[in-house]
Amino acid sequence: MVDREPSVGEEELHAYVDGQIAGDERAVVEKWLESHPEDAARVAAWRAQADAIRARYGAAAGETLPRRFDLTKLARANRRWPRLAAAVVLLAFLVGGSAGWFGRGAWEGAGPARVVTVEAFEAHRLYIAEVRHPIEVKAGESHLNRWLSRRVGYEMPTPNLDAFGLKLLGGRLLPGNAGRPAALYMYEGPTGERFTIYSRRDQAPQTALRYRAAGPVGSVFWVEDEAAFVVSGPADRARLQKVAEAVYEQVETRQQTGSLLRMMSDARGVRK
Amino acid sequence: MSGFRQDIQATIPALRRYARALTRDAEIADDLVQDTLVRALRSEHLFHGGDIRSWLYTILTNLNRNRLRSLARRPALRPIEDSDLPDSSGPEAGGRDIERALAALVEDQRVALLLVVLEGLSYREVAEVQGVPIGTVMSRLARARAQIRAYLDGERPALRRVK
Repeated sequence: MVDREPSVGEEELHAYVDGQIAGDERAVVEKWLESHPEDAARVAAWRAQADAIRARYGAAAGETLPRRFDLTKLARANRRWPRLAAAVVLLAFLVGGSAGWFGRGAWEGAGPARVVTVEAFEAHRLYIAEVRHPIEVKAGESHLNRWLSRRVGYEMPTPNLDAFGLKLLGGRLLPGNAGRPAALYMYEGPTGERFTIYSRRDQAPQTALRYRAAGPVGSVFWVEDEAAFVVSGPADRARLQKVAEAVYEQVETRQQTGSLLRMMSDARGVRK
Repeated sequence: MSGFRQDIQATIPALRRYARALTRDAEIADDLVQDTLVRALRSEHLFHGGDIRSWLYTILTNLNRNRLRSLARRPALRPIEDSDLPDSSGPEAGGRDIERALAALVEDQRVALLLVVLEGLSYREVAEVQGVPIGTVMSRLARARAQIRAYLDGERPALRRVK
């Protein structure tokens, strides 16, 4: 009896549970399980695991797709910004003083490059509330750009956001993560709402534009040419996104130089 | 819409499900899916036939690995749901148990298990996604299942008693 029975190994048991064997092979395993209660218990446990996993996560496939997954839009964004999201490699930072924000839950999960967003949020919240001294150097002063560009270490354009009714108030210099100098530009709209652009050096390769909101403040973040940008303002996603796209385009046209260098870093970034 | 894009479109729900189970965080999962889509659209010219679904799973798996690598260098920030809140004994408890058991796995084992049981890939397809021989997939699968079983049997005895 025993010597007639083909032996069934663990691999066959897995293949049986996963429906990866059929016909005669299945019958052999089924017969084996009748006389091997320990294996039968294992098979039952594996099935229960698979059921639990499917019960827990299966529904995610049935959810309504958010608009961010619109392929036509994503493809158009690709064409317009050819090097965006060439690679999504994440930052490795110490969170340090930003722990307070993480504690609030809005930034839980430590996703892509959130440290710079947290810095920008803090700066935004601190300075938009300033009525008399929201900025260090006024927009009209000719050295504003030269000064901030020199300190952050790259050409820092001041995007024109007239189309949104946003007027540049001016800028200031801030200490970013690990002591990297960061530039903050502040804009004001007709009803007094304030938007900021926060930027500093960042080693991460390009990312797609990312929207995040925490309470009344929203921000759109991206990394381009080793410079991180965070556009923050009232948490009206559609509007903020348009403002951020305008900033992106203007930053982009100002930084056409050095494209060879960028292509090289792209090529490095694309490989996992 | 091109056939290429239609195929991608049809795979989005499955990618979301896989990413959700892989990260156990809906927001991070959708970020991963979006990055996967952006990368796939950019690389259309690099795709020379074959199974688009496996290709997308491969991209997503690699992007998640990059994410984990960067997290490893950071201080641990545990999402709120992960903290040891007292478990209720409702149907939720079972879902959380499997979630924790999955979280305790090594990433490569988790990937292998999820691609097989949740996404229904064949062992050969999983081997392609992970870039390893089928034998390696089998041993990852075996270890994942043994570990989850031990976790569910052993580590939460209190929960099992109150059923």
